[in-house]
Amino acid sequence: MADIVLDKVSKKFPDGTVAVAEVDLEIADGEFVILVGPSGCGKSTTLNMIAGLEDISSGELRIAGEKVNDKAPRERDIAMVFQSYALYPNMTVRENMAFPLRLAKLDKETINQKVDEAAKVLELTALLDRKPANLSGGQRQRVAMGRAIVRQPKAFLMDEPLSNLDAKLRVQMRTVVSRLQKQLGTTTVYVTHDQTEAMTLGDRVVIMRGGAIQQVGPPQELYDHPRNLFVAGFIGSPSMNFLHAAVEDGKLKTALGDVPIGERVRRELEGADAPRELILGIRPEHFEDAELIDDETRRRGMEFDAPVEIVESMGSDKYVYFTVEGERASAAELEELAADAGADFSGGGSNLVTRLSAESPVAEGQNRRVWFNLEKIHLFDPTNGRNLTLHEGRAAGALGD
Amino acid sequence: MSVNATPAGADVAADETATGTAGRHAAVPAQRSGRAPKTPLSENKRAERKLGWLLCAPAALVMLLVTAYPILYSIWLSLQRFDLRFPAEREFIGLENYVTVLTNEFWWTAFGVTMLITVVTVAVELVLGMGLALIMHRTLVGRGIVRTAALIPYGIVTVVAAFSWRYAWTPGTGYLANVFGEGAPLTERASSLAIVMLAEIWKTTPFMALLLMAGLALVPEDLLKAASTDGATAWQRFTKVMLPVMKPAILVALLFRTLDAFRVFDNIYVLTAGANETSSVSMIAYNNLIRGLNLGIGSTMSVLIFLTVAIIAFVFVKLFGTAAPGSDDGERR
Ligand SMILES: Nc1ncnc2c1ncn2[C@@H]1O[C@H](COP(=O)(O)OP(=O)(O)OP(=O)(O)O)[C@@H](O)[C@H]1O
Ligand SMILES: [Mg+2]
Repeated sequence: MADIVLDKVSKKFPDGTVAVAEVDLEIADGEFVILVGPSGCGKSTTLNMIAGLEDISSGELRIAGEKVNDKAPRERDIAMVFQSYALYPNMTVRENMAFPLRLAKLDKETINQKVDEAAKVLELTALLDRKPANLSGGQRQRVAMGRAIVRQPKAFLMDEPLSNLDAKLRVQMRTVVSRLQKQLGTTTVYVTHDQTEAMTLGDRVVIMRGGAIQQVGPPQELYDHPRNLFVAGFIGSPSMNFLHAAVEDGKLKTALGDVPIGERVRRELEGADAPRELILGIRPEHFEDAELIDDETRRRGMEFDAPVEIVESMGSDKYVYFTVEGERASAAELEELAADAGADFSGGGSNLVTRLSAESPVAEGQNRRVWFNLEKIHLFDPTNGRNLTLHEGRAAGALGD
Repeated sequence: MSVNATPAGADVAADETATGTAGRHAAVPAQRSGRAPKTPLSENKRAERKLGWLLCAPAALVMLLVTAYPILYSIWLSLQRFDLRFPAEREFIGLENYVTVLTNEFWWTAFGVTMLITVVTVAVELVLGMGLALIMHRTLVGRGIVRTAALIPYGIVTVVAAFSWRYAWTPGTGYLANVFGEGAPLTERASSLAIVMLAEIWKTTPFMALLLMAGLALVPEDLLKAASTDGATAWQRFTKVMLPVMKPAILVALLFRTLDAFRVFDNIYVLTAGANETSSVSMIAYNNLIRGLNLGIGSTMSVLIFLTVAIIAFVFVKLFGTAAPGSDDGERR
């Protein structure tokens, strides 16, 4: 077990692609860190550099305090789990799991004992004599896990280990991974595409974009206090709503009405080069049916009327989609997110996703009065994506002083 | 074959229910055991099989017309005393020709020479070809040039190449004649055979490399990465991961080359013309059939060569489980 430190680590491929740019990251001993980001942002490359499967172009990588830039993978004592499982097709499950131990020249008895132990933990005992070709996806995945844990390495590196499984199995395996990591307490770096995995699995989440780290922190912190537009849009499902907001007379003109701004944001906007146009971000759960709000809560927000487009009843609450007039928010980050997420951001007009209480009698086609929480609003600078409402790492909403 | 008999199959079903994907993989064992149980085929399956036969039929028909007739005709000839110099003595003699050939020491010498050439050239080609394939697979810059350069020997007509070897080894004019001291290497048995094998290897190693490179492409990159992180050295990755995964491709390459090498003819014909007991079986069959005009004995030898080749192919396919590379390999093991 060990800590992993990336010190200005960069990767430039021979063809000139800079896949990872000056990444600084400290992973504590026993920590479970998730790397997320859109496709091609350099997650796998980062992981491969930690594993030693890719050379580091510049910067320093330390495992357990020792610089390992020039060490071969087998000298780093890390175990890796691949999306494709990478099981040796010519070996049985037992042989697959024993392979790293055999290479480490352990004696037969110890090998057998360790394999049996790992097999028991992962419920693979009955399958030990099968070949990988005769296993289901979930079983193969568990064998790949088994091969990683038998050796008690310094760290686990996992590159989208669950993304080849169907949804149900993925949920199951997620808990297996989580439990296993807690039990073993091994430092883990886990690459994923999946929102839910990122939010639920790790101690800390690292969000990457174009080879650079955007923000590092516990999942809830990233969710509540995104440092920039990209993080805000990437984390959360359904994702944050983004609206165009024009600064006029100390107010924000938006499709939801005139939004007042607090002292601090006002000061930010007073500078000569301050943007006159902002992007307002608000998460679906910060809306509520205006009928269901008590006066105390009402005072903290604003209300608007809009036609209801679609109602999705989830049982516990309702996802209600509104169309609102007005300009669409536009920024490079949003386009990138849209490209990665498919249709999420690309709807026509301004689409608003809200999460209302299940008690709301809202129906499709009607006009509905909706309240939203001003304290939970984020304001972003469209030119650089910076979150203007953030103060000392905390988001204070539009009204913050 | 059918690794999964009933108990294992039942196990799959049980386990699948447990992990919540029942049915998705349960069908595999049944399909795998293929020919064992004669379960009635579904309508769909039968139609599919019929279509398969229909699609093969034209090719199979042409094959039969082109190859079956000559094969049957040589078998017929091999059962007769039939020497074109004495056409009047033509007569059906059963297996007498076979007795004549199989008790003849020239036949067995040639057989030994052929075997020697086959085993040595195929073994050396395998090693060299593997090295070449690895180089071609790994080179990043000038990939096209490297591959083209490696394939040049294979592109040259064998007879032409053989002549250039012959001139190279000819005393007085050849640039290689004196590398092993004075003397004419092509006039001694051992050195002649060595030169024949050298020419063969030089010529067909690229072909071997090409087949093996197709096999290398079958080894997933992730597998080698996994082996690296599991602690394997480069050599261990090669022997414990690459070779086993490539096995089907290697076997196919070996089969092709063995069959080819066993019929070695052109190089010997040009380099030694069979002098000093360097004839291969193909050479003496040719000598009897075309030069000696003894159709009976010549055909007998041809049939024997055909049988040997068939046995080699049978051994490869049945005993080593050679299959087309990339076909479901889980099935054969
Ligand atoms: N061998 C290579 N040569 C050149 N560029 C490469 C190479 N491998 C990866 N890249 C580039 O580096 C960038 C990062 O790739 P990487 O595989 O790390 O992305 P990723 O975040 O893992 O994406 P995904 O989520 O799709 O797996 C990509 O733009 C990719 O095109
Ligand atoms: Mg990747």
